[in-house]
Amino acid sequence: MAKKETPPRWDRTMQRRLARGEAAALGELYDRFASLVHGLAHRVLGDEGAADRITRDVFAHVWEHPDTYDPAEGPLRTWIAGLTHRLAVQRLRATETAALARGGPGTTEELEHKVRHASVAARADYIVQSMPAPLRAALELAYFQRRDYRQTAADLGVTEDEARRRLRLGLQLLATAREAGTPGPPPGYRGTTPPGYGGAA
Amino acid sequence: MSGAHREHGEYWDHADHHGHHADHADHHGHHADHWEHGDHAGHGEHWDHADHGEHWEHGKRDGAGAPGPAPRVPLPRASAEDGARPLPAAPAPAAPPVLEHHVLTSLLGAWALAACSPEEAAAVDAHLGDCEGCAEEALRLREAVGLLQRPESLDLDPALRTRVLDGCLERRPPRVPVPEWATPYDAETARLDALLQDIGDTEWHAPVRLRWFEADDEASRRTTVAGVIAHLLTVDGLVALALGLPDPLEGITAPVPEPASRTEAYWRASGLPPTRAVRRPWREQSHDIVRTAAFTGGRGGATGGRPVSYGGFALPLRDAMLDRAFECWVHAEDIAEAVDYPYAPPAPRHLHGMIDLAARMLPTVLAARRREGPAATAARRHLVPAGAPGRSLRLEIEGSGGGEWLIPLDSPGAVGSADHEVAHVALDGVEFCRLAAGHVPPADAAAGQLGDREAIRDVLFAAASLSRM
Repeated sequence: MAKKETPPRWDRTMQRRLARGEAAALGELYDRFASLVHGLAHRVLGDEGAADRITRDVFAHVWEHPDTYDPAEGPLRTWIAGLTHRLAVQRLRATETAALARGGPGTTEELEHKVRHASVAARADYIVQSMPAPLRAALELAYFQRRDYRQTAADLGVTEDEARRRLRLGLQLLATAREAGTPGPPPGYRGTTPPGYGGAA
Repeated sequence: MSGAHREHGEYWDHADHHGHHADHADHHGHHADHWEHGDHAGHGEHWDHADHGEHWEHGKRDGAGAPGPAPRVPLPRASAEDGARPLPAAPAPAAPPVLEHHVLTSLLGAWALAACSPEEAAAVDAHLGDCEGCAEEALRLREAVGLLQRPESLDLDPALRTRVLDGCLERRPPRVPVPEWATPYDAETARLDALLQDIGDTEWHAPVRLRWFEADDEASRRTTVAGVIAHLLTVDGLVALALGLPDPLEGITAPVPEPASRTEAYWRASGLPPTRAVRRPWREQSHDIVRTAAFTGGRGGATGGRPVSYGGFALPLRDAMLDRAFECWVHAEDIAEAVDYPYAPPAPRHLHGMIDLAARMLPTVLAARRREGPAATAARRHLVPAGAPGRSLRLEIEGSGGGEWLIPLDSPGAVGSADHEVAHVALDGVEFCRLAAGHVPPADAAAGQLGDREAIRDVLFAAASLSRM
């Protein structure tokens, strides 16, 4: 879903209300971000129940430690996406490692590959959701609806030059999803936002 | 529920970009169809297929594609040659057009998406052999294409909200809790808002017929999805007013301060039919109502008893919030039906509260109907002193949120009594709510009935008359 950039004032007010222990604020926070959190967690973990648990953990963390978010560092949305990503990747690595330790199939390298693949896929999702709407619309037409760039230009009411520019720029943004490499051992929640969360917004 | 759902046929009828899937399919010897059903997330080795399951649902390929990102550059048609017919003279493989470097560069995105003409694609291909910079970018962009994914379903399990919030509040008890009586409204407005988030511009104008029961007959009013939200906004506004919040009708005068009149006034005032722009004020008001109720009505707060005027009658705030939760669900179902989305009943705990409110209102409604004449019971009414047990109807509500209520028939002051039970009605909870919403005529309500038929008829008609626009 296309979302307007959250105004920082909303972020600050929300943080204050959470810190004050307002249960109603928690409900509003959930209404705004639950589908983002659940979607990212599901993309990493590929499992409904596991995504539910990550969703629970993310909101519990924000509710218990609202002060760990610093509005000066960026939008709340970006911060929550980064937190979700870390927790989900951490969960994936833990369950996969446990399966391997129990004598499950696969090797450590395959595990790392799997974790990297899931991590990149989730970051790509977030980049697409957060990129400027005109770029997303162009990609949507050219890729999902199989329009060529001339048709895309006509559909969007822009010049062919502009359509080519949007497709190229959109893909360039998307390509940054691969740049993070393998996330290392899970950092503390206070860690900086991983690449891919913020750059594309 | 999401628009994406309904479009995904279009999204994934081509899997060309996903060379690595073909790779896997080969490797495991799976048939494309295999992935349509199971979610194999739990099995380590299948993990990276799980979220791509739907690729295969529509995959038209045989799974024998080459590994690696296969270019989706259209191949020349082979049929003419296969048919051993003479080749048409004209389309000799034309030499790629000569394009300037900046044009070739600008084509890279379209090229990676196979969204340029065959001639342009050939020109780019030829160029990539000579230009290292473009070749690098081309590879990078084509890999990026592989990262485009169908958006995940936006259907969140509505019950997850309550589970997540409850879990949080257990770990850190709130200093400002949402009162128990405000939680059904909080949950129902959130559920409807999630539905609204997923519907498209045109669906906001889908026709909806509001239905209710008036003067023991079916009544209805035509509006649109946006019109329904405007209706919820204006009637919720009665609660907002009681809490000291601004009236959404500010500047608009309704002839009578009651739900239908306020709604009609609001619809009229804008001149144009309401649009999706109405979602925001409705949602902000519902958030403000919950928040204000929490600040003033939490632990020990007396706000729950504050009267909310509906014009002809008033309800204490705690009941008015239940009533608004009920209306929100009923109209969400109207909307869901209009735009053809599924919509489930409220959580059992909330449904129970709504049924309980209706059951508590029935004696008063029966008395009012008696005064106005329609209730047959009037003829052989037994006088009962206030607080004493009186003739009662046992209302048995089955299913989730159900329970049993003894409805005193002769006076709102009387106490329901099992010893004075004269009739027994059994009804499914959701069916009862549809009756109370005026969506099922009393004569058609699928109710098990035992005992005094007139008493039963009175109660079913009284339940239907709880409904309003």
